[in-house]
Amino acid sequence: MAAQTTHLSLTVPEPSVRPGDMPDFSGMQVPEAGSVRRPPVDERPENMRDLAFTIVRVLDDTGDATGPWTPDLSVAELQAGLRHMMKLRVYDARMLIAQRQGKTSFYMQHLGEEAISCAFRGALLPGDMNFPTYRQAGLLIASGYPMVSMMCQVYSNDGDSARGRQLPVFYSSKEHGFFSISGNLATQYIQAVGWAMASAISGDTQIAAAWIGDGSTAESDFHAALVFASTYKAPVVLNIVNNQWAISTFQGIARGDAQTLAARGLGFNIPSLRVDGNDYLAVRAAADWAAERARRNLGPTLVEYVTYRSGGHSTSDDPSAYRPRDEGSAWPLGDPVMRLKTHLVRLGAWSEERHVQAEAEFLEEVIAAQKEAEAIGTLHTGRRPSVRDIFEDVYAVMPPHLRRQRQQAGV
Amino acid sequence: MPRMTMIEAIRSAMDVMMERDKTVVVFGQDVGYFGGVFRCTQGLQAKYGKARCFDAPISELGIVGAGIGMAAYGLKPCLEIQFADYMYPAFDQIVSEAARLRYRSAGEFTCPIVVRMPTGGGIFGAQTHSQSPEALFTHVSGLKVVVPSNPHDAKGLLIAAIEDPDPVIFLEPKRLYNGPFDGHHDRPVTPWSKHELGEVADGHYTAPLGKAVVRRSGGAVTILTYGTMVHVAQAAAEETGVDAEVIDLRTLLPLDLDAIMESVKKTGRCVVVHEATLTSGFGAELAALVQQHCFYHLEAPVARVAGWDTPYPHAQEWDYFPGPARVGQALLETMGA
Repeated sequence: MAAQTTHLSLTVPEPSVRPGDMPDFSGMQVPEAGSVRRPPVDERPENMRDLAFTIVRVLDDTGDATGPWTPDLSVAELQAGLRHMMKLRVYDARMLIAQRQGKTSFYMQHLGEEAISCAFRGALLPGDMNFPTYRQAGLLIASGYPMVSMMCQVYSNDGDSARGRQLPVFYSSKEHGFFSISGNLATQYIQAVGWAMASAISGDTQIAAAWIGDGSTAESDFHAALVFASTYKAPVVLNIVNNQWAISTFQGIARGDAQTLAARGLGFNIPSLRVDGNDYLAVRAAADWAAERARRNLGPTLVEYVTYRSGGHSTSDDPSAYRPRDEGSAWPLGDPVMRLKTHLVRLGAWSEERHVQAEAEFLEEVIAAQKEAEAIGTLHTGRRPSVRDIFEDVYAVMPPHLRRQRQQAGV
Repeated sequence: MPRMTMIEAIRSAMDVMMERDKTVVVFGQDVGYFGGVFRCTQGLQAKYGKARCFDAPISELGIVGAGIGMAAYGLKPCLEIQFADYMYPAFDQIVSEAARLRYRSAGEFTCPIVVRMPTGGGIFGAQTHSQSPEALFTHVSGLKVVVPSNPHDAKGLLIAAIEDPDPVIFLEPKRLYNGPFDGHHDRPVTPWSKHELGEVADGHYTAPLGKAVVRRSGGAVTILTYGTMVHVAQAAAEETGVDAEVIDLRTLLPLDLDAIMESVKKTGRCVVVHEATLTSGFGAELAALVQQHCFYHLEAPVARVAGWDTPYPHAQEWDYFPGPARVGQALLETMGA
């Protein structure tokens, strides 16, 4: 019998809509707030596989907190959370303008993703370490890192603790549990696992948090991190921020829509949650749950935060070239700042007036910080890191060949 | 003084450092229970426990990436990549992360790791068990690159590397693990116990990184080399009768330029020898530095003897490996120029 011949063809996934089309999230399953069960933290991973295929949500459409995942947060903590998100948003807006004004070369904003890093920070204790990507500056803001220091980094001026060596937004603060950011995607994911292993080797109590975007889960480092975290039961929270887009590439290219990204953890028997990334309370609840598992030596947890990258990828990107202009406003999970605001208003702990007033306060605060940072300098003006800084810190002690080159450079 | 093979010396270095410093951890493929495919970590897990010496999944990027995270925490990981030929999956972690962490964080985070990897040919290892990738590392600012040529140095340099605050790539010529090798593959191999550099002290000592050693004094020509080729160069000098000075560089980055200049200015001639392929190999850097710093003392062009610019073959091992005949020929040509 002759074999049947099929002319093969390559499959290349496409987003359902492109510029000019109507935004379409009709295929997205969004469970009711409060409808997802919350297992005990020591539940066996094989008994909670369902949590990788749903979305843990706490805040409902009216702004009420509901269900077993509702975190035990005081009004003051919720207000602080809202303030952190608002401050990050104002900071982003000002730095975006500063880049357009030529005060720096580059910027990346968090628009729409503020809840994830701001809320997660609350689950960590002093001494814990985040291994962030370039889109988790909320970790710094929520930990009280000085905004002037952030701006000095963005401006690469003489106040930059990294001495002008790094691209803007690549912050570093050991004191604030924020590992030095690298441009090479996903590398920090396995490093976080190693850091957590070190804590375990040392019999310590500290945990690590790894961060990665949906696109970068395609990197080999993501796979290595899951293997190592699972093998050594490392005290690490493996965070995936699924904002649907990797620059111009929709998450389907990284197979984010084939099963879920949270489901990637199941093959390693790592408990995996999928969480509403625009729900401050849900993020905090998941973070608390995962952090407690890590601290109790129960091993790693994978958490996928479902969110939407409302802004451009960076100041070098124009999203209207690859997706509908108004797609962000059609996003079913709404805006994280507005949702927490509505919740606080429902609690009688916030109001329209206070919100407007707070916005004005943060603008004033950010502008004051900006003036202070710009008084030191911007990328092209004022006091800059020295030429000597090119040669320092390559090694602990400068070797002879670098001394010769430094002299050649005239310093 | 006890006699050790290079394997025993390397094992002793890790043993000494694990004993002295609780932050030293050792891991990699097969290094735990089994003690390493070359026996370099034999007994360490039994002595120090599974949290200090353990087996890793087969993921070079995972091994190095996890090691970087451990180093950022405050440990001193001494990692093993089973063969230097298999370091490529970890290259991003080594180049983009380990080498740059101190620089990009202005010293806030550092990466005191050692990445051990067996290197070099002469063992019928063919394409993926014979490579000498040192030039890929010496091109990376922020790394230190070490290649020992004998048990005494291997232990001293490895202890220095573990104690060093910077990331160190530690390339171990596996052809030298059990005994010195001068390239005469048709003669019986002598063990390290018959060689003076097989004498290795039991306790703690270091050989400084960044310092070369003169293995054979001579006045006619300087041979710059390292690893297995140190022994080949010495043999070539004896067999040709050329009064060559053989310099064992030991550390390629940072490089002991002073020792190189002192010798070449004395001899006026220079032959660079390495197993790695010629084009853009580390020999090119050495030749350029000699030309720059010793130009008015040179009486002949700087010669390079290296592996051919091909992948490392299997059947043609001894036509590929730059043995004493090829090195000797280069010595005679340099003397006749």
